[in-house]
Amino acid sequence: MKVQKDIIVKNKTGLHARPAAMFVQIANKYDSDITIIKEDQEVDGKSIMGILMLAAEKGSAITIVADGDDAEKAVEELSKMLLSDEIDVNKVG
Amino acid sequence: MTDKKDPKRKKQIQLRGIPAAPGIAIGKAFVLGTEEIMPPKRSIPASEIPSEISRFETALEKTKREIIEIEDKISKEMGVEHGRIFSAHLLVLEDKVLVKEVIARLKKTKKNIEYVFAEVLDKYVGVLSEAKDEYLRDRITDITDVGKRILKNLSGVEDKTLAALSEKSIVVAYDLSPSETAMMHKGRVLGFVTDIGGRTSHTAIMAKSLEIPAVVGLESVTDLVKDGDHIIMDGIHGVVIINPTKRFLEKYQREKKKYESLEKELTELKSLPSETLDGKKVIIGGNIELPEDVASVLAYGAEGIGLYRTEYFYMNRIDLPNEEEQFNAYKSVATRIKPNPVTIRTLDLGGDKFLSQLDVPKEMNPFLGWRAIRFCLERTDIFKAQLRAILRASVYGNIKMMYPMISGVSEVRQANIILEEVKTELRKKKIPFNGDMPVGCMIEVPSAAVTSDILAKESAFFSIGTNDLIQYSLAVDRVNEKIAYLYEPAHPAVLTLIKKVIDSGHQANIPVALCGEMAGDITLTVILLGLGLDEFSTSPIAIPEIKKVIRSVKYSEAKKIAEKALQFSTGKEVEKYAKAKLKEIVPDIAEELTE
Repeated sequence: MKVQKDIIVKNKTGLHARPAAMFVQIANKYDSDITIIKEDQEVDGKSIMGILMLAAEKGSAITIVADGDDAEKAVEELSKMLLSDEIDVNKVG
Repeated sequence: MTDKKDPKRKKQIQLRGIPAAPGIAIGKAFVLGTEEIMPPKRSIPASEIPSEISRFETALEKTKREIIEIEDKISKEMGVEHGRIFSAHLLVLEDKVLVKEVIARLKKTKKNIEYVFAEVLDKYVGVLSEAKDEYLRDRITDITDVGKRILKNLSGVEDKTLAALSEKSIVVAYDLSPSETAMMHKGRVLGFVTDIGGRTSHTAIMAKSLEIPAVVGLESVTDLVKDGDHIIMDGIHGVVIINPTKRFLEKYQREKKKYESLEKELTELKSLPSETLDGKKVIIGGNIELPEDVASVLAYGAEGIGLYRTEYFYMNRIDLPNEEEQFNAYKSVATRIKPNPVTIRTLDLGGDKFLSQLDVPKEMNPFLGWRAIRFCLERTDIFKAQLRAILRASVYGNIKMMYPMISGVSEVRQANIILEEVKTELRKKKIPFNGDMPVGCMIEVPSAAVTSDILAKESAFFSIGTNDLIQYSLAVDRVNEKIAYLYEPAHPAVLTLIKKVIDSGHQANIPVALCGEMAGDITLTVILLGLGLDEFSTSPIAIPEIKKVIRSVKYSEAKKIAEKALQFSTGKEVEKYAKAKLKEIVPDIAEELTE
């Protein structure tokens, strides 16, 4: 099953080290392959290096694509994290 | 400068960098090696590929164990939040994309694994160093930090580390990484001086938490300093002096003493009340923009937040913020600052504040145009969402609210009608809010100041916004350098307007605050106090000094000084008089001011 969702990054630091780390930690809980697309760039959503390369700042439009049995849940949790305004940065590295 | 003719005497070098943590340190340099991470290149036969891969895997494992160990150490010594930096390091280590890329490249190029790994890492660092965002660029340190550790474990060679620090020294480095600072003997570090880095780099964060000075971004300081050289560093102004002459040394020894005694005194002030020698109590609040700023407001001993700017929600984004995210932010601020109050200023968009998501036409005179309350009264959809968020948050603490850029009482009435509509709506939905939430006006337009007696009847408090009030009453664009000399906070016209506002407020029995930059300028503190101001709200860092001035003067004396100040004909004269008086009241702070 393949699920995708377009979202606008709302965390005020964009997808920087800490939110990126959080994203990767969540992504790695799922079996599905997870990809993030921003403009013409496509990176592995389970790779911190990949996500940092995207340099998605607040307000960036990105697409999350998950492919696998738990795709739907994965996309739901990941987009919720990116849409939340106040991330509790103390919960991640 | 001609120093004593000593042939062995090294030449004094003075450098300027970015001040990253305040304080002054004088001591010997301890220079950490530069950041050369490129290992030698060597070709390998295809038969060695599997053993290179296994060497790589072993190094990754070893690095992982080391990092977990450091994370534990730091969490125990400095608190969990510092230890967590390393979880990001672990993610880099476990990054399968990175590992895959290294192995693929190893197979393709048939070079030694150290070289291949360094090349891949270099590629990532290259991309990140072009990031527009300072925060993101500073994260390069995290990645090279892990990288260096892996390389060290691949080669088995130990670098010179901070663990070798044997006497009190100023640490000089290209950059400092968390795992480097983790192992250092904290009591022996007097300060940090680095080639690269910004205000949010690890070096800066670490220095602040250790309360030692740091100067970063000096570019080539590691080339200029040798181990054991004498250094002076000034983390307040971002100055580093290598091999200082006697004269400079003595000067900075004095500076250091002065800074330390002032610092000590200001820290002690934190818990003392802000009242004059004869017992008149005023409130000193802090100005904030983000919920995170509450921490520094509390750290500097503010008694509440006198100005919470809310434009931040609208900046750097393409959509409009919703009620929920505003509510969460207001609630979080109110909860953390209570029982002290927080005064939320409703949206002050327009003027110099850019709106990307709203299609606002360009104006000839944006500061006199469609902005702040004028904008909100027309875009009631945006205004109501904010009012709802503020009202809903009002049950979580002591929230007050004020309208910006009021030019006359009819605007207050219109805004209050909208506020009532929102309240009715909330009541209908049975959503709780504080029905008695005080609603006040910002006084920043001359017409509002002049008619403040009328406005006082329909406001719960006033807050004077001096940045705009000065600009409007003197007709001076504060960003135009050609006329900057006309921007005079102490201008008789400005003081007269402020007096009028305070008097009108007091006649109607409502408190008057001042939340512009003027509130944080110690030159004018005594005059404002003497005019009867009830509350100063300023950037948190200025709070201790303002408090010190207030605690050093009698209210009766301040009243006389204010009265006298109102009799001068020019702003220059007022300022000169104010500085002379300040020198009598608080000699040590005033001295710093004139330098």
